[in-house]
Amino acid sequence: MSIGLGHYLTLAAILFTIGIFGIFLNRKNVIIILMSIELILLAVNINLVAFSSFLGDLVGQVYALLVLTVAAAEAAIGLSILVAYYRNRGSIAVEDVNLMKG
Amino acid sequence: MILPAIFFYLFAGTCVAAAFMVIASRNPVHSVLFLILAFVNAAGLFVLLGAEFLAMILIIVYVGAVLVLFLFVVMMLDVDFSQLRQGFLQYMPVGAFIGIVLLVELLLVVFTWTIAPDVQQAIATPIPPLAKTPNTEALGHVLYTRYVYFFQAAGIVLLVAMIGAIVLTLHHKPGVRRQSIAGQIARSKQTAIEIVKVRPGQGL
Repeated sequence: MSIGLGHYLTLAAILFTIGIFGIFLNRKNVIIILMSIELILLAVNINLVAFSSFLGDLVGQVYALLVLTVAAAEAAIGLSILVAYYRNRGSIAVEDVNLMKG
Repeated sequence: MILPAIFFYLFAGTCVAAAFMVIASRNPVHSVLFLILAFVNAAGLFVLLGAEFLAMILIIVYVGAVLVLFLFVVMMLDVDFSQLRQGFLQYMPVGAFIGIVLLVELLLVVFTWTIAPDVQQAIATPIPPLAKTPNTEALGHVLYTRYVYFFQAAGIVLLVAMIGAIVLTLHHKPGVRRQSIAGQIARSKQTAIEIVKVRPGQGL
């Protein structure tokens, strides 16, 4: 049977849903939240590359490359914030993050 | 035509299973390793789609740099993760319901929309046939000429992220001695040597 565009989009939809489910479940664990965001971005990339391949347009792959760049930058900054928070508090229970709230 | 289908289902099935294990795993190191597995399978899917440059970049940059960074941070933070899993079972029914609703909506979009027939004329950057130009070269033809603005903007984003990460995490420990190159070069004869008159037979 021939694998069409619908198969890839379904796979991307499932990965996207798993990513959102992960954010829902692991409310307190910031590292799992960051990993779920990476899953969501992976689903978007699969979508872009699938459309690029089936429509014959190279823009999708350029866009996926830029999404990859921004995802890497965002993961690095998120982890840096987490490390700075851990150094100051000794734990990563981020429910105390709202201490500066007025 | 059966072989691409076998590989698609193999890669897709492993990707979904690994993604599920990322969020369901008790140990965060296992989660990161399952995420690496998911990404490697996604790279396999990209190769099936003909985007081999993106597949290799996914493995080299995303898995090899970003997820290894995740692994470093997970191993460095000495945290009791059992306390953080408290709300897991409490949120599971609502989360599963919302997840299923979202999935059904996305699948409805996928299976009821059709691509308009005149989209072929609107293609911005047509892919040249594979016999003439390999994927990497085709991307190169287009990335540095037509999309050079986005390329430079991506470079600036990476620069800002690097500066931000250094500003947030650079931490000079107090007792560590360092070289001050400017101080060493600025040494002058007045501070470096001292001429002492020594009488013969007397010593210093």
